[in-house]
Amino acid sequence: MYPVINEISRWAIPFILLVVPLAAMVRGVKVFEAFVEGAEKGFSTAVKTIPYLVAMMVAINIFRASGAMEILVSALSPALGLVGFPAELLPHAVMRPLSGGAALGIATDVIAVHGPDSFLGRLVSTMQGTSDTTFYVLTLYFGSVGITRYRYAVYSGLAADFTTLLASVYIVNALYK
Amino acid sequence: MVNALWLGMMVFGILAAAAGGNIEAVTRAALDGANNAVKTSLGLIAIITFWLGIMKLAEEAGLISLISGLIAPVMRFLFPDIPRDHPAMGAIIMNISANILGLGNAATPMGLIAMQEMQKLNRGDKKTATASMCTFLALNTSCITLIPSTIIGIRVMHGSADPTEVVGTTIFATACGMTVAVAVDRVLRTVYSRPGRYQP
Repeated sequence: MYPVINEISRWAIPFILLVVPLAAMVRGVKVFEAFVEGAEKGFSTAVKTIPYLVAMMVAINIFRASGAMEILVSALSPALGLVGFPAELLPHAVMRPLSGGAALGIATDVIAVHGPDSFLGRLVSTMQGTSDTTFYVLTLYFGSVGITRYRYAVYSGLAADFTTLLASVYIVNALYK
Repeated sequence: MVNALWLGMMVFGILAAAAGGNIEAVTRAALDGANNAVKTSLGLIAIITFWLGIMKLAEEAGLISLISGLIAPVMRFLFPDIPRDHPAMGAIIMNISANILGLGNAATPMGLIAMQEMQKLNRGDKKTATASMCTFLALNTSCITLIPSTIIGIRVMHGSADPTEVVGTTIFATACGMTVAVAVDRVLRTVYSRPGRYQP
């Protein structure tokens, strides 16, 4: 299964880059002009996200560097211990929705210390592979169109993150413990 | 919600630093965070420009309405507010497909294009998220990944006997997360669309 999916991933973008312009040409589209017309807004879209990302990443960075994250982790650990969640991975679980880079750093560290094929190594690999960095995605995507009122998007994103976390613990426990 | 969260991280962070005698870390962290944010945004210019061009070609070639026609029932259920042939549909489909295949470089620009198209459909306040946007982000943040390539690379680096064995557990966990994301989004969409409901 894995080699098949891996091959699809390798070929997907070259395939799109071949088929889309050819199909456009067949339909009589002036391909170069249409590409440029579409691409025009690339710069402004990217630059528009700057203030939103700065606001969010400054707050997350302060939260992390100040030691506040460790306080949150120690406050949460009794509750997570009840569902069989190892305390070593709690910093990763808290960091995952906030900062992709920081979570990856923690995961790499756990794998280096405990080994990739240990229980903790497998669990942290699964946790890292599963969920996206919810706050980064929300800030970036909403920011790119100037939206500041997220309504309930934060709740559904965090509900998904929490479910994914529980499911990771469950499946790794069931298969490898 | 986002205001409270932001303020909470700032205030709690600064108080924790002060209590720990580590107050200078705050200034450094703030500047580092701002720096990283700008780098991230600027790093997106190239790929967004590139994919916007390709998406325009796909749209004019009629490929987007073709693909959205194929999976119309699913899309109509998830995004009842978006017309079938609208470019937002194409960008959403491309974003989710790229996410599933683990093509991060393509997924982000597609997602931003989808947001722009959904913003064009926003009849209400342009600063407030629409129901479609919330559904899209719920799907996006919880999306099934077939190949978590970064973590597989790290497992290889540290000599794993079977670096790809986490593919199965990852698919299981993301499938659970995505199901809950769609369900929670559907419930909240109904709750928040009630007349007279205060919109924070």
